[in-house]
Amino acid sequence: MSSPDSASHAGASARGSWLYDPQIRGIITQVLVALALVLFVWWIIGNTTDNLRSRGISSGFAFLDRRAGFDISQSLIDYTANSTFGRAMLVGLLNTVLVAVIGVVTATFLGFLIGIGRLSRNWLIARICTVYVEVFRNIPPLLVIFFWYLGVLAVLPGVRESIELPFDSYINNRGFFMPRPIWGEGAWLIAVALLAAVVMSWFIARASYKRQMETGQRFPVLWTSLALILGLPLLAFVVTGFPLTFDTPSLGAFNIVGGLDVKPEFLSLYLALSFYTASFIAEIVRAGILGVSHGQSEASYALGLRPGQTLRLVVIPQAMRIVIPPLTSQYLNLTKNSSLAVFIGYPDLVQIGQTTMNQTGQAIEVVGIWMAIYLGLSLATSGFMNWFNAKMALVER
Amino acid sequence: MQEHDISFVRAEMVANSTPPAAERGIVRWLRTNMFATPLDTVLTLLGLLLIAYTLPPFIRWAFIDAAWTGPDRSVCATIVQGGLQPDGWSGACWAFVNAKFAQFMYGRYTFGERWRVDLTAILFVALLVPLLIPRVPYKFLNAVLFFGVFPIVSFFLLVGGWFGLAYVPTSEWGGLLVTMVLSFVGISISLPLGIALALGRRSKMPVIKVLCVVFIEMVRGVPLVTVLFMASVMLPLFMPAGMTFDRFARALVGVSLFASAYMAEVVRGGLQAIPKGQYEGADSLGLSYWQKTGLIVLPQALKLVIPGIVNTFIGLFKDTSLVYIIGMFDLLGIVRQNFQDSNWASAQTPMSGLLFAGFIFWIFCFGMSRYSIYMERRLDTGHKR
Repeated sequence: MSSPDSASHAGASARGSWLYDPQIRGIITQVLVALALVLFVWWIIGNTTDNLRSRGISSGFAFLDRRAGFDISQSLIDYTANSTFGRAMLVGLLNTVLVAVIGVVTATFLGFLIGIGRLSRNWLIARICTVYVEVFRNIPPLLVIFFWYLGVLAVLPGVRESIELPFDSYINNRGFFMPRPIWGEGAWLIAVALLAAVVMSWFIARASYKRQMETGQRFPVLWTSLALILGLPLLAFVVTGFPLTFDTPSLGAFNIVGGLDVKPEFLSLYLALSFYTASFIAEIVRAGILGVSHGQSEASYALGLRPGQTLRLVVIPQAMRIVIPPLTSQYLNLTKNSSLAVFIGYPDLVQIGQTTMNQTGQAIEVVGIWMAIYLGLSLATSGFMNWFNAKMALVER
Repeated sequence: MQEHDISFVRAEMVANSTPPAAERGIVRWLRTNMFATPLDTVLTLLGLLLIAYTLPPFIRWAFIDAAWTGPDRSVCATIVQGGLQPDGWSGACWAFVNAKFAQFMYGRYTFGERWRVDLTAILFVALLVPLLIPRVPYKFLNAVLFFGVFPIVSFFLLVGGWFGLAYVPTSEWGGLLVTMVLSFVGISISLPLGIALALGRRSKMPVIKVLCVVFIEMVRGVPLVTVLFMASVMLPLFMPAGMTFDRFARALVGVSLFASAYMAEVVRGGLQAIPKGQYEGADSLGLSYWQKTGLIVLPQALKLVIPGIVNTFIGLFKDTSLVYIIGMFDLLGIVRQNFQDSNWASAQTPMSGLLFAGFIFWIFCFGMSRYSIYMERRLDTGHKR
């Protein structure tokens, strides 16, 4: 059972029997394991084909082109009951990505805030953050989802007693309604201006970094970029003659008409995932900051840097190196936890897959699609984070 | 020089004078911990505002205005909603939890047989508590009883059908019982399986290594819900026709396999942290692979990753709530199901039930995490210099 390379010159002949040669034993073990696996898989495939035949299910992905026949309550792309199962799955995938991306952004923001707050010298703030972390880390995410969905959003008043919020928004037990921006003629110019501003800021940042490396002179990159990113689109907005109107929601007899509505399913899933994951991110951030040794900040003070500069230039860059790998797995966890949507009927990949499974009976294919997509999402996220990590990592000579 | 009169030198010490009022007692504490800088002051005030805005209404809702006992929903609903409470009332409906408490604990377990669950729970606590307290002797016997005898005894007790005990099918189990059984079995399977997978992943035999890597990465890449679906929809397809699997067993397979993949990664972290010299030392003593692993490497590696192992346990305990998707009613599932009881439907019922379930989950998870911190400190045999 030992490592094959330790089967050195002493070898089998000296011991008398080839049975004691680790290399041969290793090969035999592997052959046996592989054989057992092949037999097991063969047995499973045989059983499955028998079972499928007796149930009259034909395997294959042809069902993806058939008419789906069910409605989906929230869709980012055009979808009707006449669309195909394949398109339904695409709608689900987009919904999963939507809630995951927005959730990751919110959870990161909240998590950093709370993680830093827990290290605050302010006793009260540190206590509040500790309570938050200890509460949310120790309850199931599903419970948090139910809390928002059944405990908070479902008991809001009905449509007629909708609660009015600022900016013509309403909230009731059917969701959150807000004005929908309608972009008029020439609005694409604004997007182009924004894109141009981002690209220009990037070049300015690079040029200024280079100049600082060569001459030591600094250039106010942050303010210039902010001015560009805010200013250019604003300019385009004025030039094109304010091409923006709002479709405000208005209280109808039975429902709220117009506007952009955010369904309670989405809202509760998003809030729950953000709140739950934030508590884990907070702990990661705290561990990261504590992981930077005191000597670093002391040396920084000795060089005459102010506390703000010390935090920004010395502590956080080093803490980020500790934080990024576990942060990646939290992002992946949030993405995977978005599958809890199936419990409250938010049409994500799993929920639509389940409906498809019930209607077509193609269990194996649907589970295969799930696995492929989630594995793909996981690999994409970790690939991106690995790239980011390599960028942030210590450059060693 | 010696004629100098040195009588001006004080013979006794001056008593310490008390610090100024602003530098002592609660004032000083407040000044350093809450109002050190203007920013701190603003933050403190915001924090106080947050507490003042949330805590008193919550206490009022959960304790002062709460409906503690009652026969049905009328105690938890206002007059407009068809109840007894005055309009504008808002309070926790603990009467709901009170009335359904037995269901939350046992599910639909047969009424006359519930003493068997109680007995199992008593055995569980009686064996677990001495195992957890380091000072209690007979640890080996205790562990054998807990991991060897107790599962068999509790299996016969809970399932029944032998020794004159009535048979109670697992489909009637529910509530905390299901949560605890799933967690216990899941933990006892996933730890050894996870260790085996981690060892396999570090094995030098390519076939075994690839198998372990593929299993671990596949399972870790997908959500538990899909694994449970797989266990519930695909296991029956994989088995020969006519061979059925208990739904409970399917959930157990799903949860255990899922947790073991995570466990494997945690254990691998520990294995990687063991210095090479330890392996080489064991080799030079002539230990076999299993002796080396069991006596030298694993004890050190597992000790290093106790927090990670317990975190995986906590994750598994929380994840048992997902078995609701395959039609089983764990604690959260049965609480959720009871919201549909028209006898108790009111605006306050969901919040109260969820808070109760959350509190139970929280106690277990918080207890586990505290115990792991305690154990970590105890086992820290000082590699610090």
